[in-house]
Amino acid sequence: MKKVIHMIATLTIIGVIAGGLLSEVNNWANPLIVANQKAETERAIFLVQPAGKSYEAVKSNEIEIYKVFDENKNPVGYSMVSSGNGFQGKIKIMTGLSNDLSKIEMIEILEQVETPGLGTKVTEEPFKDQFKGLLTTPQINWVKGKAPEHDNEIQTITGATISSKSVVAIINSGLEKARALKDKGAL
Amino acid sequence: MKGKKSLGYEYLKGLWEINPIFKQVLGMCPTLAVTVSVMNGLAMALATTFVLVFSSLLISSIRKLIPNQVRIAAFIVVIATFVTIADLVMKAKFPELSKALGPFVPLIVVNCIILGRAEAFASKNSPFRSFLDALGNGTGFLIALVIMGGIREMLGSRTLLGYQVLPNGFEPWLIMILPAGAFLTLGLLMGLANFYVDKKKKSAQQELIQKYRKPENTIEVKGQEA
Repeated sequence: MKKVIHMIATLTIIGVIAGGLLSEVNNWANPLIVANQKAETERAIFLVQPAGKSYEAVKSNEIEIYKVFDENKNPVGYSMVSSGNGFQGKIKIMTGLSNDLSKIEMIEILEQVETPGLGTKVTEEPFKDQFKGLLTTPQINWVKGKAPEHDNEIQTITGATISSKSVVAIINSGLEKARALKDKGAL
Repeated sequence: MKGKKSLGYEYLKGLWEINPIFKQVLGMCPTLAVTVSVMNGLAMALATTFVLVFSSLLISSIRKLIPNQVRIAAFIVVIATFVTIADLVMKAKFPELSKALGPFVPLIVVNCIILGRAEAFASKNSPFRSFLDALGNGTGFLIALVIMGGIREMLGSRTLLGYQVLPNGFEPWLIMILPAGAFLTLGLLMGLANFYVDKKKKSAQQELIQKYRKPENTIEVKGQEA
């Protein structure tokens, strides 16, 4: 019995000390971590809206989307975060959209775990540049093995078809939600 | 348990004699997973060494207070505390690195090197010796990860620490930054380490035989041969 009490007491003391220490460290680290995340989001928002100078978050439970303004407080468009499954894991994309959501300004891949050298080509300029000025109506489409014919088409990467298709699908699903918000007048 | 070893030995043995990767073969998961570049390997090894040193020091200091039956549980709580501290500090101060290492920082908790050293060394030795032992093992881990990261980064993406070292004409071996490349590199390095040890052992044996072979014995042997 004495042994059991000794065991419980030792573990309790260690646990309490560890917990106290961690809460102290967390108090110090948490504001910094939040600031880091905010800085990263900000950087990504302006990356896809080069004319942007300030932004405000649009309140929505469906999608993460930001309204971006230029230096004269004129709205220049939206920065939309959408994510979904790629070939191996989650892909998170920031898409810059025009004010009426009809055109993509630019896209940026924020997170991905695609195959190095193949799927990761979606993060490179030749692929991303295809989205510059791309029309989003009625939706973005992809073509494989030939040059795009329409203004809403991109060409998939050889050897990374699934990753390319995933990027298109993720942006489309984000667009759908953004349009639903727009129809409700929330954007 | 054993005779007193010199303090220098407690540190140096971790570098090679009981190198965590090449000799003890512990902590394989982070070794294989994060060594796609030198920087990742370095950061991982530093985080692990931090946890290893402080948990060894603490565990060794309180080793006599912990009842034997709950020692593993107590060790894990101590280790987990230091890992969480390392994780939070990295997230706060080095967000890029923390992102690159992903889930492998929290997973240091279950890194066998740390629990292994706690159980095999820190729970039986004085805090100072445990500190040296942990530092030595951490350095050994660091050396191994940097070598692996260096090989994989150089062949897989032509760079070292982000600077290009191989010419553009060299087509990067993509396999080196895929998981298969990690296994190949680790296997070859371990093979090399074992080959070297074997060779050294054999030459030491030869020396010993030469030393104790008396001249008359040699003659005797020769005579028998004839």
